[in-house]
Amino acid sequence: MKNKPAENALFWAGNEACAEAALTAGCKFFAGYPITPASEIAEHLSRKLPKIGGIAIQMEDELASIGAVVGASWTGAKAMTATSGPGFSLMQETIGYAFFTETPCVIVDVQRLGPSTGQATKCGQGDIMQARWGTHGDYTAIALSPNSVQEMYELTIKAFNLAEKYRTPVILLTDETVAHMRERITPPEEIEIIDRRKPKPDEKAFFGLQEVPPMPAVGEGYNIAVTGSTHNEYGIRFTADPTVHRQLVERLNNKIQKHANEIADVETFGIDGCQIGIVTFGCTSRAIYEAVERAQAMGINVGYVRLKTVWPIPERPIQQLADMAGKIIVPEMNLKQLFYEVQRIASGSAEVIPLNKIGGGELITPEEILEEIQRSVV
Amino acid sequence: MTEAFSMRKYLRDVPLPFCPGCGAVTVMGEFLRAIHELGHTELKRFVFCSGIGCSAWIPSPHFMADSVHTLHGRSIPVATGIKLLRSDVNVVVFGGDGDIVGIGMSHFIHAARRNLDILVIMVNNMIYGMTGGQVAPTTPFKSKTTTTPYGSFEPPLDAARLAVTAGASYVARWTTAQPNELEESIKKALKLEGFRFIEVTSQCPTAFGRRAGFKDAGEMIKWFKTNAISIDKAQKMKTESLIGKIVTGEFIQRQRSTLVENVYAMIEEAKKEVEKD
Repeated sequence: MKNKPAENALFWAGNEACAEAALTAGCKFFAGYPITPASEIAEHLSRKLPKIGGIAIQMEDELASIGAVVGASWTGAKAMTATSGPGFSLMQETIGYAFFTETPCVIVDVQRLGPSTGQATKCGQGDIMQARWGTHGDYTAIALSPNSVQEMYELTIKAFNLAEKYRTPVILLTDETVAHMRERITPPEEIEIIDRRKPKPDEKAFFGLQEVPPMPAVGEGYNIAVTGSTHNEYGIRFTADPTVHRQLVERLNNKIQKHANEIADVETFGIDGCQIGIVTFGCTSRAIYEAVERAQAMGINVGYVRLKTVWPIPERPIQQLADMAGKIIVPEMNLKQLFYEVQRIASGSAEVIPLNKIGGGELITPEEILEEIQRSVV
Repeated sequence: MTEAFSMRKYLRDVPLPFCPGCGAVTVMGEFLRAIHELGHTELKRFVFCSGIGCSAWIPSPHFMADSVHTLHGRSIPVATGIKLLRSDVNVVVFGGDGDIVGIGMSHFIHAARRNLDILVIMVNNMIYGMTGGQVAPTTPFKSKTTTTPYGSFEPPLDAARLAVTAGASYVARWTTAQPNELEESIKKALKLEGFRFIEVTSQCPTAFGRRAGFKDAGEMIKWFKTNAISIDKAQKMKTESLIGKIVTGEFIQRQRSTLVENVYAMIEEAKKEVEKD
């Protein structure tokens, strides 16, 4: 994306940027249920969508919200919902349905502090594993994690593009801090918008035969059979055949996993020659810039990998970091959720050190990261 | 109607999964007969939604049409998304009692409240049949099921009356012993607007009947015939004497602005604001 000149800069909150980006991406339908700290997305789209002939509706709960989004997507529309941890939990079954029926849609999870109602207005990063493993069965998630208002905008558009390209639900895994802070943002001047591929006249298999099959819309005479039961390439249920199930589930997982390197989006710095590495994502990653700079001034070389794509996790850059650094610090506002994943990828080539903080929405500070860096050098 | 009715014309060549004597087949047949008599030679103007349960398999994948077989209880939300964006197609939901007024109850009430422009046909077999015969919110009081081996200790829900209270435009209840009334009612409902609800009291000889003391489907249909009572008669009776009876007929037909009308009116209002901007 190419950014517009500075005079086009706007001053937006993260949730506002997300809603505006959804409109730019071509979203025509939003369904949601009020929840802190995500409600501003619903409010913004309720004002803006009808003006362009789109629809925003408040449903009776999160189960209904994502259900309506799935229905809307099958009419050919780009559709989105936005929620936070408790609502995200309720949506998990239908996220699995969207994955299994290859229904593109975007689910925004503005993370707050769980478990349960937890500290409802405070920031947390405890949904990272729910985003990966929240639904039952074998599943591959795509989840993106912005760390600024600018990225809230850019990654929301990217979430729609990936959903359309791979015909799968995509999660925008943001957090209360990024959603509620206001920053300068310049909407990109040139934006790539991807739309789902519709079937050619001779294409009749909407659920297989190719990596990402074409997607027809209901009401256009295709006689589509959509089902959350195991189905063949024509959508016909096969609830006992082992081969049909294996082929379908493997294709659905492979269509994402085989493109993990393409989907991977990271910001890296100073990997070559670094002594200490950091792997980070979301709001927490905002603190590393200052910590790295101050460490550098002390003569400590710190490199980092900031995950803009959290799922599928970008393994290559983390491996590169592990090969170079003796130690990798994983700061996150949860109790070691990303940590174990980094440990798995580093697989012995670097010591992985957790840095965790939960409660009250208190962010991990540059000082805390710097202290950990200094401790690690000794 | 020049061409004779044939159910096969509207169906995919996929074997039907229903047990012998299942009431879902009657509902399927009467629905398609209504479609035929309304002059639809194909189902291209329809989108079907269903959830999980035996009757969810009436449209999916058997109808040669667009069908979305959703999760348990979630057919109405999915239908909401479809109907709001494709107001020009007929959206019909098929589901069982567990699907529509058990796990999916809240969506049912809210869709009726909104007067969402869909027809919901609920096959009420009074049991969770697909899972082997567990008690449902609609199971008659004291009935033996696999999870109420000493008899159900909860009174059943009256889904039709609930739909009336919640705001549905059209509500009717029939039994599978009234195929003609059912078919006429479907024809009528398909021509009306707003949230339309038809409940069909139906026999499940496999998972309900045999534990409840019926030797076959025929016995159950006999039971429907002797216990069904028209709504006109029922209105003159005391509540106590209606226990165990199946009240059938049209519960309501009324004009209310529908969700599609109201949403598109709202969009027009919003567009006027753009002109002002």
